Amino acid sequence: MLENLTDRLSRVVKTMRGEARLTESNTAEMLREIRLALLEADVALPVVKTLLEQIKFKALGEEVVGSLSPGQALVGVVQRELAQVMAGDGSQSGEINLATQPPAVILMAGLQGAGKTTSVGKLAKWLQEKKKKKVLTVSCDVYRPAAIEQLATVSKQVGAECFPSSVDQKPAAIALAALDWARRHYFDVLLVDTAGRLGIDEVLMQEIEDLHNKLSPIETLFVVDAMLGQDAVNTAKAFHDALPLSGVILTKLDGDSRGGAALSVRQVTGVPLKFIGTAEKMDGLEAFDAERMANRILGMGDILALVEQA
Amino acid sequence: MLGLRKTLGSLFKSSRIDEAWFDTLEDSLIQSDVGMPTCMQLMASLRQAAKSEKVQDSETLQALLIQELTRLLQALEAHPNPIFEHQSSHHPAIWLIVGVNGAGKTTTIGKLCKQFQSQGKSILLAAGDTFRAAARNQLLEWGQRNQVDVIAQESGDAAAVAHDAIHAAISRKTDILIIDTAGRLATQDHLMEELKKVKRVIAKVLPGAPHHTLLILDGNTGQNGLNQVKAFHAALGLTGLIVTKLDGTAKGGVICALANTFQDGPKPAVLALGKGEGIGDLIPFNASEYCAELFN
Ligand SMILES: Nc1nc2c(ncn2[C@@H]2O[C@H](COP(=O)(O)OP(=O)(O)OP(=O)(O)O)[C@@H](O)[C@H]2O)c(=O)[nH]1
Ligand SMILES: Nc1nc2c(ncn2[C@@H]2O[C@H](COP(=O)(O)OP(=O)(O)OP(=O)(O)O)[C@@H](O)[C@H]2O)c(=O)[nH]1
Ligand SMILES: [Mg+2]
Ligand SMILES: [Mg+2]
Repeated sequence: MLENLTDRLSRVVKTMRGEARLTESNTAEMLREIRLALLEADVALPVVKTLLEQIKFKALGEEVVGSLSPGQALVGVVQRELAQVMAGDGSQSGEINLATQPPAVILMAGLQGAGKTTSVGKLAKWLQEKKKKKVLTVSCDVYRPAAIEQLATVSKQVGAECFPSSVDQKPAAIALAALDWARRHYFDVLLVDTAGRLGIDEVLMQEIEDLHNKLSPIETLFVVDAMLGQDAVNTAKAFHDALPLSGVILTKLDGDSRGGAALSVRQVTGVPLKFIGTAEKMDGLEAFDAERMANRILGMGDILALVEQA
Repeated sequence: MLGLRKTLGSLFKSSRIDEAWFDTLEDSLIQSDVGMPTCMQLMASLRQAAKSEKVQDSETLQALLIQELTRLLQALEAHPNPIFEHQSSHHPAIWLIVGVNGAGKTTTIGKLCKQFQSQGKSILLAAGDTFRAAARNQLLEWGQRNQVDVIAQESGDAAAVAHDAIHAAISRKTDILIIDTAGRLATQDHLMEELKKVKRVIAKVLPGAPHHTLLILDGNTGQNGLNQVKAFHAALGLTGLIVTKLDGTAKGGVICALANTFQDGPKPAVLALGKGEGIGDLIPFNASEYCAELFN
């Protein structure tokens, strides 16, 4: 499948050799291949459409200087555009906003199995080690079997205190009790884990809205599985409509997914992509890097190789 | 007024097909995660049919598409379905459950347990995920909900747990043993090797086992789902799949990509779909019902 795309792209690039600038006609076929590449990378269709418009607009008339062929130039335009969309102003990648009266509350949200609980552990470790903060964690997941034990175990692994909760409590009551505890014991940060939920689950979406209202978190982080397909736009929209998201954590990037969901989520929410998960272990958290992500989505290894051949 | 609207409605319904109509259909296939190769093949054969059979109205053409897709997907059905009509000459029948992180393995085991019990089978569970935090507790709780025992170890690896559990199942004359494993990405070679070892150990303790090796696939997954099936199939020889989390807005179109990719030759059957987090939220995979929902 991928070979196929590479073959087709290289054929297109070859026919463009020797031309001096990007024109409607010499980019059309290439843009079709780019569209395919983006869709194969799981970038959501509406997002692909918008991106192609922007790419075309920026590419047309672009002069092809020096050794650059039109093919190379177009690939450059695409790569820059994707990176730019994902980077935003870039200031928030690898950062957590703590500029508030402590404890700074961080609320996690996302689909089932996205990696929220694991990311709480990773963030706790990062905040303690990199930011020298005193961190309290709490689980408001009273639904998934052993979710509370999971967070307790993960917190212990990284040496963070975990506020006890139990399944017969209401999530809001748990969260407020934890906040009170964090205040009285001078914690810098309170990390609030929540149950996974579907964007169309009205009851649970209402629940997390309530949690948000009661906690007024400084960060509301949307945790997204990098393997997510086309539905990423619907899910991102539903969470963004319900909650003022402040950042995204993209998990399971240690796999071989292209990770187009990053672009989908970013385009739909406009929220900064902050961190990526690169392992199950607690040290598997890295700052989001827009350029690397763009290359990954495009399968840049393949594309660069063929552009050089041409 | 009403009459006019009716005419307009039926006019629209059996509207002549044009490029825009094809584009809309193609978009909906793409947005179901069917994947580009499969999508383009389906569209090409549909255009061909429109031309050669001179089909001019959209309703007929859509019916043709559903027909073709259903035929493709029927090859993934299992008859009899070993989950919903469990009959086995093996005692115990060993089910090994694998998949990537967070796909829904442990939850699905809880549902399988319930389903088998409703067929009067006795069950034992094995907590083969010795890695993830509280994975054992999670399975223990599913065991409690179903009132079945869970074989677990304080320490030790998945192979050791599987070994113990098979002996337990044999001596208790249990009908079915379901073994949970830790989630792993197919790119993690050492973890895939570990899984192969688990399978070897199982076969050593009970020749011919595991009788079923099931991949659990998250229905929200995009094109990586295909890689997952290929990699786990190559490593373990899958006998079946369950696609989870189809109670949301994701369509799980990767099933179509699968049917298309594995068209000829042996392939794992899609046995069931997960439709929620509850113990009863597991339904048999049925190609025509699935297709109907895809275009819903
Ligand atoms: N390989 C890999 N696995 C991850 C990563 N992040 C999380 N996981 C795994 O994904 C699975 C699900 O993670 P959880 O943290 O339990 O996900 P969750 O969002 O809390 O799940 P629910 O609470 O059930 O909604 C676990 O097996 C984790 O170990 C990552 O970055 N890489
Ligand atoms: N909505 C919905 N959620 C599901 C379904 N199946 C599982 N889940 C949820 O998905 C999350 C992950 O499920 P698990 O059973 O823990 O997944 P797993 O594959 O065992 O995860 P690891 O062991 O960490 O790799 C949990 O929150 C489950 O409740 C389903 O069919 N629908
Ligand atoms: Mg969790
Ligand atoms: Mg599990």
